[in-house]
Amino acid sequence: MDEELIVSGRHIPNIDPYLHVWHWQIPLYLFLGGLAAGILFFAGYFVVTGKQEKMKATVKWAPIIAPFVLVIGLTALFWDLKHKLYFWQLYTTVRFESPMSWGAWTLMIITPLSVLWVASYLKEIIPTWDWKVVWFNRFESWLIKIRVPMAWVMMILAVILGIYTGILLSAFNARPLWNTSILGPLFLVSGFSTGLAATIWISTDPAERRILSRIDLVFIVVELFLIVHLFMGFLAGTETAVESAKLFLGGSFTMSFWVFVVILGLIFPGVLEAMELRGLHVPKWIPAALILFGGLMFRFIIVEAGQISRFLN
Amino acid sequence: MRYAMAIDTKKCVGCSDCVVACQLENNVPDGYCRDWIVENVKGKYPGLFLEFRSERCNHCDNAPCVRCCPTGASHIVDGGIVLVTRDECIGCCACIESCPYDARYVHPKGYIDKCTFCIQRVEKGQNPACVDVCPTHCLHFGDLDNSNSDVSMALKDRKWKVLSPDAGTRPQLYFLI
Repeated sequence: MDEELIVSGRHIPNIDPYLHVWHWQIPLYLFLGGLAAGILFFAGYFVVTGKQEKMKATVKWAPIIAPFVLVIGLTALFWDLKHKLYFWQLYTTVRFESPMSWGAWTLMIITPLSVLWVASYLKEIIPTWDWKVVWFNRFESWLIKIRVPMAWVMMILAVILGIYTGILLSAFNARPLWNTSILGPLFLVSGFSTGLAATIWISTDPAERRILSRIDLVFIVVELFLIVHLFMGFLAGTETAVESAKLFLGGSFTMSFWVFVVILGLIFPGVLEAMELRGLHVPKWIPAALILFGGLMFRFIIVEAGQISRFLN
Repeated sequence: MRYAMAIDTKKCVGCSDCVVACQLENNVPDGYCRDWIVENVKGKYPGLFLEFRSERCNHCDNAPCVRCCPTGASHIVDGGIVLVTRDECIGCCACIESCPYDARYVHPKGYIDKCTFCIQRVEKGQNPACVDVCPTHCLHFGDLDNSNSDVSMALKDRKWKVLSPDAGTRPQLYFLI
C-alpha cells in the first residue's frame, strides 16, 4: 500500500478532496472564444481572398453573432473571478509569461473589432439603415475602405484567440492532462470547426455550405489526428502523464469523452457532412449542432478532468 | 539571501500544532489552513513505513504561480518568499491551477491566500509561527546562504527530499528523511 492522508483535517472549499476551482464558466468561455475565433477568421479569410460575393453568410451574416458570443464569454469569465472589483488590474500590465494576460488583451482588441466589422456591413444587412449622424457615415465609409487590412488583423487575432484558449490550460504544468503543447493547436482546430459549423447553420446558400463543409471536414480529420497524438504523447510519457490519460482510457471520463466528443461530436457529423457532399440530403443543422455540442463537451471534460489530474508524490 | 525550511520527518509526530499556530498568527478564516500534516503509510504489514510531513507553500525558486499570474499580484520578494498582493489579485485562480502542491486557496474575501513564511515575523528576525511552536523542534527555518542558519545546519548532515521535484518548480521545503 501507499496511502497519503491529510491528518490535520484539511477540507478547503474547491481544493479538497480534489481541485475544482474552475466551474462551468471557464469551459463555456473557452467554447465561446473558440467559436468567435472561428467565425471571425473565416469572415476575414474570404474577404482577403476576394470571395465575399460567393460567401455572403460567412462574411456578413455569421459575424453578427460574434460580438454577442464574445460578450457572453467575457461575462462568464468575469463571473468566474473571485475578486471581481479588481478585474481592471488585468489591464494595468502585460505579462507575456501569463497566457491569461495576453489573452485578456487580445479579447480587449478583437471584441470591438468584431463590432466594427459588423457595423461596416450594416447597410448591406439592413438596406434601410441610416446612421443619422454625418460623422458616423464618414466613419463607416472609412471602415469599408480599410476592410482588407481589418480582415488581416482579425484573422491574426482570431488565430491568437483560438490558440490561447488551449495554451491557457497547457501553461499549467501542475495539471499533467493540460500540460501538453498539443492542446493549443487542438483547441484552435476545434474552435475553428465550431465556427464553421455555426456559419453552415446560418448560411442559406447550398454552394456556400458545400465550400464550408469541405473545409470543416479537413478540420475534423485534423482534430481527430491531434486527439490520437494527444494520447500517444501521454502514453509514451512519464507515469504522471500515463495516469492522467487513464482518466479517458477506462477512467471516469471514458464514456463522456469517446461517446459525446469523439463519436457524436466529430465522427458522426463528419460522416454526415461527407454524405451531404456526395449528394445525400441532410438537414444542415444536424451536423452543425452536433459539432457545436461536441466542442462544448470537449472543453467541459478537459477542464474537469485536468483539475483532477495531478503530480504523484 | 534564500529563505527555506527543513522539516524533520523522523521527529514530526503529526500533532497539528503548526497548523493551529499558523491559523492564530495569520488570522486564517475558519475551515481554511495554510499548512497541513500529511501522513504517508507505505509497504505491507508487518513491514509498514510511516512518515509525517508538515506541508505548506514551497516558496519555489521557479514558481509557476508567479509565472502564470496575469496581473503580477503573485510575486517573489527578497529572500525568495512568494507573496500575493491582495489589491492586485483578481481571483482568477490561475495560480491555484498552477500549483502542484495545492498550497493556495481562495480567501472568503475573494483574493488568493497562502503561506507567507510569516513574513511579518521574519522581517523582525523571528521564526515563522509554526517553527517556534513545534513541540518536537522538527521544523528548521532560515537563510540557506548563511551556513550557520538553523536550516543550513539541519540540512548539513542529513538526507533530504523535496516534493514532486519532477514538476520543475525547485521547491524550498526540504524534508529530512
